[in-house]
Amino acid sequence: MALSCLEEVITLEDREVILDIQNLRTRFDTREGVVYAVNGITYKLGAGETLGIVGESGCGKSVSMLSVMRLLQVPPAKILADSIKFKDEELMSLSRTDMRRVRGNEIAMIFQDPMTSLNPVLTVGFQIKEPLKLHMGLSDEDATKRAAELLTLVEIPDAELRLDDYPHQFSGGMRQRAMVAIALACNPTLLIADEPTTALDVTIQAQLVDLVKGLQKELGMALIWITHDLGVVAGLAERVVVMYAGFVVEDALVDDLYGNPRHPYTSALLRSLPRMDGGSGEALEVIEGLPPDLLDEPVGCPFAPRCSFVKDKCLEQNPALEEFSPQHNVACWIDINTGEFK
Amino acid sequence: MREEKALIRVENLVKYFPITRGIIFQKQIGAVRAVDNISFEIRNGETLGLVGESGCGKSTTGRTVLQLHKPTSGCVHYGNVDLVSADNNTIRDLRRDIQIIFQDPYASLNPRMTVGRIIAEPLEVHRIGDEKERRERVKDLLALVNLNPFFINRYPHEFSGGQRQRIGVARALALNPKFIVCDEPISALDVSVQAQVVNLLEKLQDELGLTYLFIAHDLSMVRHISDRIAVMYLGKLVELTSRDELYSNTQHPYTKALISAVPVPDPVLERERERIILRGHVPSPANPPSGCRFHTRCPIAESVCEKEEPEWREICDDHWVACHLV
Repeated sequence: MALSCLEEVITLEDREVILDIQNLRTRFDTREGVVYAVNGITYKLGAGETLGIVGESGCGKSVSMLSVMRLLQVPPAKILADSIKFKDEELMSLSRTDMRRVRGNEIAMIFQDPMTSLNPVLTVGFQIKEPLKLHMGLSDEDATKRAAELLTLVEIPDAELRLDDYPHQFSGGMRQRAMVAIALACNPTLLIADEPTTALDVTIQAQLVDLVKGLQKELGMALIWITHDLGVVAGLAERVVVMYAGFVVEDALVDDLYGNPRHPYTSALLRSLPRMDGGSGEALEVIEGLPPDLLDEPVGCPFAPRCSFVKDKCLEQNPALEEFSPQHNVACWIDINTGEFK
Repeated sequence: MREEKALIRVENLVKYFPITRGIIFQKQIGAVRAVDNISFEIRNGETLGLVGESGCGKSTTGRTVLQLHKPTSGCVHYGNVDLVSADNNTIRDLRRDIQIIFQDPYASLNPRMTVGRIIAEPLEVHRIGDEKERRERVKDLLALVNLNPFFINRYPHEFSGGQRQRIGVARALALNPKFIVCDEPISALDVSVQAQVVNLLEKLQDELGLTYLFIAHDLSMVRHISDRIAVMYLGKLVELTSRDELYSNTQHPYTKALISAVPVPDPVLERERERIILRGHVPSPANPPSGCRFHTRCPIAESVCEKEEPEWREICDDHWVACHLV
């Protein structure tokens, strides 16, 4: 494993960093109070890299990406960050018009629910052509041609005929393919996929993962895949960021994370999953309790109330994300092998 | 194993939903063949897993077994009684023994009723005990599913998904049932909470000697909880056998594809694994393909598959498959 890590380190160093998020915080002002959705996350993404973001619902994985894309309504949302750099541009200081130039063009996004993310009263063709006309200035005729190519690229048969179909004439898997076609329309440098397979069946999920993997290799874009499914990420990502209650708790190369998880949450989560390949019959390991209420201002380590290694310090001070080994960062006071302070 | 007594025996169960046209003079123009002639048995004390993709009829099977849908034809034997031909009073009495836990804990609990009333409702319907006894019973049930009995006067919205699902479990247990249909009880829950509910279901099975029909699309969880597993495709059973046999000696090409499509949380294994990726999507159950229903997506289909429907047969001890090429 040490050797493979070393190789990866070199390749990642070689990569040009295309997305650099520093201390992103997103809050929502609601009637009940302030929701602390994202509480200071920091990570980088290299060109052509595949990053998995894993976490439960409500951990801020989607909100953090929507903040980067500036797709949240402000207010109620409040987005704060030291810096969000995309290539050489500082996204935080872009005007709304300039942001529109980046969004859908250089950074594209696929959403979770293919039933609601396509407009039901517009044809699929129209929706694929829209970014082509808007960002690339293609004529309607050229855009139609390109749209048909894109639908063929995502393996929809009879692409030219299907352009005139409405979303309800597509199955769930096909709709998600159409979403991929829209996202790829302007050759993005970065594709953000927000739980794109959660609403799909496993066999259709396998198709879509396979398709996106192939397209990524072919087109060389970077990919951020947000999911709660640790299985999907294992087969797809090079590096994984684990989020909990709005914090990044661990961030590592995929082999390292699964082989040597260092955060109690990651480790417990991996052990709570039933395995298709492993033994069965014994009771699953349970993480007692519930994720914290995001309406409370976070104090201490967010996982402390559910952690089996918890100490007094964990309840008072939140550990920062620190390097455990090259390319492997953990936010925890405790060494989980000994159960003692590091 | 063979001597184990069947608690529920399902024979040639069929459930078609009519497709109609017209508002006043409705005319049937077709049927969705949700469940099309399936037979299986559920043995006393076991967990039978039922898996398949969405729309394959697994939930309809569960509900038809419970007579929540009246089957189009076929029998469901519970003990000596055929639930299909039994009259309403008999079924109502038998409902004490057979219960269901629903998929969506947000939709299956009435938001205007307190937890206490939700769980006591089956007791009221069956006129068991007086007000005070029921309240005691509800408190016991809450404790049984690891919820604090103080929650009795709270409303469902005050609980998280996992806690709500426990309330659903408590309601199903109120009448001391023997058999529970678990209709995707964990699909709507967070990963870290799923294990809590599954462990609870397993614990209750051990303590109360329950029999489960566990419906799910998550093969890894089904593998964990089930003794035997049935795989369904487009209204038909394609394979049924014990859990270990299903994974070590997979016969039907659909089962193989389904197992291979489930991602394993291990990056090293994932890279080495050969995956079978099915092309296309599930055909419409209103107009299913001829012959073997899987032939349109089957990687090894031959001409016979298109013409003849494969027979549901036992290829070795307790291993049932419907495929021409096995």
